[in-house]
Amino acid sequence: MGLFSKIKEGLKKTKQSIGFAFAQLFKKGVFGEDFYDELESILLSADVGSATTQTIIEQLREDMTRDKISSADKANQYLKEVLLANLYDEQLELTTPSVILIVGVNGVGKTTTIGKLAHNYVKQGKSVLVGGADTFRAAAGEQLDVWCSRAGVRLIKHEEGSDPASVVYDAIASAKSKNTDIVIIDTAGRLHNKKNLMEELKKINRIIEREYPQAQQVNLLVLDATTGQNAVSQVEIFDQAISIDGIVLTKLDGTAKGGVVFAIAGEKELPVYFVGVGEGIDDLMPFDAQEFVEGVI
Amino acid sequence: MAFSNLTDKINHVFAKLKNKGALSELEIKQAMREIRVALLEADVNITVAKDFIARVGERATGENILKSLTPGQQVIKIVNDELIELLGSQQSKIGVASRLPTVIMMCGLQGAGKTTMCGKLGRFLAKQGKKPLVVACDIYRPAAINQLEIVSSKANVGFFQMGTINPTKIAKGAIDYANKNGYDTVILDTAGRLHVNTELMQELQDIKKNIDITEILLVVDAMTGQDAVTVAKAFDDSLGITGVIITKLDGDTRGGAVLSIKAVTNKPIKLTGVGEKIDDLEPFYPDRIANRILGMGDVLTLIEKAEQTFSQEQARTLAKKIKESTFDLNDFLVQMESVGKMGNLGDMVGMIPGASKLKLGDAKLDEGMVARNKAIIYSMTRKERENSKLLNYSRRKRIAQGSGTSVQDVNKVVKQYEQTKEMMKRFGKKGAKLPF
Repeated sequence: MGLFSKIKEGLKKTKQSIGFAFAQLFKKGVFGEDFYDELESILLSADVGSATTQTIIEQLREDMTRDKISSADKANQYLKEVLLANLYDEQLELTTPSVILIVGVNGVGKTTTIGKLAHNYVKQGKSVLVGGADTFRAAAGEQLDVWCSRAGVRLIKHEEGSDPASVVYDAIASAKSKNTDIVIIDTAGRLHNKKNLMEELKKINRIIEREYPQAQQVNLLVLDATTGQNAVSQVEIFDQAISIDGIVLTKLDGTAKGGVVFAIAGEKELPVYFVGVGEGIDDLMPFDAQEFVEGVI
Repeated sequence: MAFSNLTDKINHVFAKLKNKGALSELEIKQAMREIRVALLEADVNITVAKDFIARVGERATGENILKSLTPGQQVIKIVNDELIELLGSQQSKIGVASRLPTVIMMCGLQGAGKTTMCGKLGRFLAKQGKKPLVVACDIYRPAAINQLEIVSSKANVGFFQMGTINPTKIAKGAIDYANKNGYDTVILDTAGRLHVNTELMQELQDIKKNIDITEILLVVDAMTGQDAVTVAKAFDDSLGITGVIITKLDGDTRGGAVLSIKAVTNKPIKLTGVGEKIDDLEPFYPDRIANRILGMGDVLTLIEKAEQTFSQEQARTLAKKIKESTFDLNDFLVQMESVGKMGNLGDMVGMIPGASKLKLGDAKLDEGMVARNKAIIYSMTRKERENSKLLNYSRRKRIAQGSGTSVQDVNKVVKQYEQTKEMMKRFGKKGAKLPF
């Protein structure tokens, strides 16, 4: 199954739920208040958020009025363009050596994402080492162990309850001595409003910067597509703490659309690099803005 | 957050009213629009929000808020009342089976926090004198069984597993084990699953079909967005859930999903997870969620209580006194008494937005102090109460003896009074309204 069809399948259920009402609207070919009201509902249902939805609708209204659009095809095209203009479409360019730091709130799918990510780079012929710095959650290390053996990569971990910073330190030392291309660091899920946990994250970040300055460092925030407007706050606070480079949007294989990334893009220039579309090791795709937009509407 | 205080917004909509004395339909519409935005920003489902607005709008037009002096507050009050009603004003407990063991099945999406919640719930029930057994029925996620075992030992409750065999068999085995070993409550941890995964939903239906289950609890992440209703409805349609547990409420989410789920399933919210520790589990407080959704502290309760205890008449006299700077110890006493009537001071400070309970810990506002302060003022003569300048050392000593306190205590009260007077002067100057 190609990348295209896979993500498409993941987004299909999404489409079915709201696509119908919208198709009806397009059929009518009248783009008055009803049309914009319906569009508003669709965007809001996709978690785009109230303010961003207004922005998108105003932009579309302006463009369509200016160009006197009256055909369904044209309207569809205009809508997609406006939505695309409200996203950052950019792929992750990795140079070696590099360190990918994976962060996020509890239960978004960090560990699973790491398994998939490791597998992805192994397939590209890279050597990968995973550092299990989630020393807090019960059995997090064991879970990561399973994923690492699935992906066939090395794992450095310490005991539960030990200092996560020391895991990071050891992982980097090991990667240096063995010339490993990519180090992926798993961290404990933490709610962004927990001060001390965010301090711990800053410390981990500092250690990477200090111990491995020659490596490219990529800080990825994992977001659950099911999350609503709180995702904006998550991005903001994690970015404040350790400067986030990009987003991984997980669980897009459900019925949630992850429209909150529009709201995020409105606040910060942050690209979505990957999307998670299932529990299999291959279920991680590079983000494709075009397909994502089609999934939302 | 763009939308921190709905009260301000609504009051803003109604600001012009002071001069007009009547609300137009347009103004009500604008107010409803603001409420709608607040609900949506809080992740209340759009359909639920629409219904809700319709109901509030109806009540707002029906009631006499048009002639009210504070239409903004009245509207907020209606919104708040309706929210609480919708959320369910009664607390719902975990059921107990007539024939033991009670079986509780946890279900939900991946990452909602089921496994952790199994431990917390076990602990919660153990503290109530139950003997819970948590059972590993998640046969898919790597190390899920391990995790549950660790969590259960932290919770100090029983643990049961049979590896990765069919979950119905595990559940049956667990009930046998519970019967033989005196466990009265069995908590089944199941794998996280998508509501659209028919195969995995069937697995839960099979467990339900083969076992007497008392509670099927849907575990939901408080940060969930619009999709919460789809998920909750799918789980309810497929399994007939008996209640909901909300997790991760210790985050900064506004938690609108809670309202959506309640509105769609009409199943009680039973418990809420509020922290990383095994004891961080609380009953559900609908008023707190209502206020979170609206983005404000329990201001309303405070307003209500203040209204009841501080009569209009008293307020007017006080306002006059402030203007004329004749606020004396008698007034201070009245003020203290009305605060006393409002109930626990700690609770009251907690209701003020921005005043965290943590800060309160240092302030130590205890009721005993209020009683003591009142006794001190009662021990003063009328002249002393009217003019605090009379209070020299010998008078203070007499007052201390009369009230069974020390001179230091008397000094403190006098100082407090002077500070309050100073504060009120400033209020008076600004022309600002008093909080009472």
